[in-house]
Amino acid sequence: MMRIRTRSVLAVAVCAATATAVASCGGGGSSTPGVTKTTVLIGSHQPLTGPAAPGYSEIAPAAKAFFSYLNDHGGVNGRKINLIYKDDGYNPTKTVTVVKQLVLQNKVFAIWGGLGTPTHTKVVDYLNASKVPDLFVSSGCPCWDDGSAHPYTFGWQPNYTIEGKILGQYIKQNLAGKKVGVFYQNDDFGKGGLAGIEQQVPKSQIVSTQPYEPGNTNVAPQITALQKAGADVLVDFTIPAYTALGQLTSFKLGYKPQLVVSNVGIDPTTVGGLLKAFSKGKADTALIEGAVTDGYLPSTADSSNAWVQLFKQIHDKYDPKAPWDGNVEYGMASAYTFAQALKAAGKSPTRQSLVDAVNKGGFTGPGLVPFRYSKEEHGGYGGAQMGAVKNGAIELSGPIYVTDPGNGAITTSNAKQPAPGADGLVG
Amino acid sequence: MNEAQTRQPMRARRSREPSEPPSGPRPRARRLRLPEQTLARHLLLALVFGVLLFLLSISLGAFDNLRMASAAYFFTALAGLTVLTGLNGQISLGHGALMAVGAYSTALLVSRAGWPLFPTMVAATVITALAGVLVGAAASRLRGPYLAGATLALAVGLPGLADRYPGAFGGENGIDVAPPTPPSSLGATFPLERWEAWIACTGALVVYVLLANLMRGRVGRTFRAIRDDEVAAQLAGLNVARVQILAFVISAACAGLAGASLVVVTQIAAPGAFPLELSLSLLTGIVLGGLGSLAGAVWGALALVFLPQWSTDVAQSFSLSNDVQANLPLALYGLVLIGVVVAAPQGIQGALRGIARLAWPRGRREPSTHQEEGDDAN
Repeated sequence: MMRIRTRSVLAVAVCAATATAVASCGGGGSSTPGVTKTTVLIGSHQPLTGPAAPGYSEIAPAAKAFFSYLNDHGGVNGRKINLIYKDDGYNPTKTVTVVKQLVLQNKVFAIWGGLGTPTHTKVVDYLNASKVPDLFVSSGCPCWDDGSAHPYTFGWQPNYTIEGKILGQYIKQNLAGKKVGVFYQNDDFGKGGLAGIEQQVPKSQIVSTQPYEPGNTNVAPQITALQKAGADVLVDFTIPAYTALGQLTSFKLGYKPQLVVSNVGIDPTTVGGLLKAFSKGKADTALIEGAVTDGYLPSTADSSNAWVQLFKQIHDKYDPKAPWDGNVEYGMASAYTFAQALKAAGKSPTRQSLVDAVNKGGFTGPGLVPFRYSKEEHGGYGGAQMGAVKNGAIELSGPIYVTDPGNGAITTSNAKQPAPGADGLVG
Repeated sequence: MNEAQTRQPMRARRSREPSEPPSGPRPRARRLRLPEQTLARHLLLALVFGVLLFLLSISLGAFDNLRMASAAYFFTALAGLTVLTGLNGQISLGHGALMAVGAYSTALLVSRAGWPLFPTMVAATVITALAGVLVGAAASRLRGPYLAGATLALAVGLPGLADRYPGAFGGENGIDVAPPTPPSSLGATFPLERWEAWIACTGALVVYVLLANLMRGRVGRTFRAIRDDEVAAQLAGLNVARVQILAFVISAACAGLAGASLVVVTQIAAPGAFPLELSLSLLTGIVLGGLGSLAGAVWGALALVFLPQWSTDVAQSFSLSNDVQANLPLALYGLVLIGVVVAAPQGIQGALRGIARLAWPRGRREPSTHQEEGDDAN
């Protein structure tokens, strides 16, 4: 029995030694983890399965496709970017495990684009305590937007409160006097958006706010409550699966409000596919036709835009199996900003120089809206343009609005989008 | 052979091991290396394992320390389950839910009530044991598939409470718990992962000593008696329902401590940590390792830590689709389980025992029945 137990301990030791040996192959050659003379290793946690997988699972492969394109054009400062992404199933407990694995075992230089508010909030403290750059979280949670509390964490897409304010302003101006209901995810994503709406829309106009828990697929109680409250305008701060579930439930109940959806929950290809899947082919994008939304990247349907052309080319060559939609564009645009930051971090990047480069800001690129990066502000894009779903695609129009997540006024911006350089990088 | 000569040593041994069948005297030279007294023996073994684990933790990197911690909390849960199922013959498909009770108790006490960690872990164990009284009372009235069904309902239903009452339990988001702070006497640069491994391994060792004693003693015998023949046990004067509840409470307490250790390691209590698969893989773990044996629980724990990771690596290297990748660990459990049950019905531990018996033939070993009892405890 002693003998057997000793064997089991030996077994652990052998496994551990093997694992350590495998892990150390990734890092070596430089004092900065994950950086060698020719490569930079970065990691990400993504919902490749689970409730948030439809649509969002395309983001990391698209980013990898962009990095492959970049690597084939010489990489960044002579280094190829290697992205490993792990599935967390949008399950916060799994996120903790895979991120620790990326940092401690794979020894990544930085985390790029970790996806999700409920998931990423569980690793922010860990990443900051370990001083691992946590760049461009794929979530607009206001919680990333705090350089003093989380100096290593940066958001990328507009802060949900900013988005909520801009959507709220639209409701105030164009749907004045109508009863407004809000259907939102019961976490900082939904609550952040709701805060923005409540800042703009008079309290008396909001008749009902209904939260849902991701994972529970029965949303009939919430939708019924919104219908009973008589909401003529339904604002969704939902992930695509819940936009689809909400619309199908509304359709069954004969409830037809004017839909206003956050940018994260409206990609027509994704929501249309989900509607089809959930209804076994009976419904499609017709159920979200006319929905009002906002955007900070050019519409994927805008084939005259140079960035859309570039991303479409990369998509066709490196990631042809994925549908061409807003998620793919999102992944490539965010990867682009990461490459810019890495370039700005200098010839021999360190974790600190990468963070300093983002704090310095000044990045431009595929975005229609300027970034808000500074030492204090880590929120990413500072605004959006209004748009609507027309013929199954998003059409953006009107002025570009910028604001802050606080009580600041909403102003218009005349930022100009630069054209992409030959190697996919500007400046 | 002179009968008096044969009987004399027999009687002496039966007083120590009452369930020992009269199978004749054997040379006991190998046994004498460990103390005969049960408690001293297990304390000594726990000390040896503790030193080994300590050496392992300081020689391994941070990520492997985390894996050690995970293996330790899985062992804690598996050890309790193997007592319930292997020793007492009650099946539970709901141990994942009992781990959730321990985890949420820990998270609520630490994050909401501001309790320090160690009293909290004890409290979480006690709270889960109390939950075990309830479940055990119901379980003692149920048999076979009905018991499996009832505990399955627990595994499916209980984590759902978190979504039903998001105000109290934080919904799908869960409750965050601050990481445990290593005492300053260990130095400012002491790695957090090692401290987590120490906490989880200490819990596992405490459970080891307590369960190993219990299994070798009177309680263990009553558990086995009921597993083997309820009617006979009843006729012998045992209160079957009470013993079954006791088995459930002990096993629930272990699951509670395991849940508390899990929170120490992951710093979050959320329903996503306690899916139905957890309960099923716990059951798989004890069958895989060897039912009713604490050494088997060690094998099971190692399998639960390493199998999912290996299968994910394999799936990734073959670039299988995401859905296949996500489900491969469970499929692999199933395959390994089938393989083990076909090739070695006694689990890994049973197979090793068989090998050991071949390598060291019977003359120098204990008689088989005695050995089962002895090794059960290890």
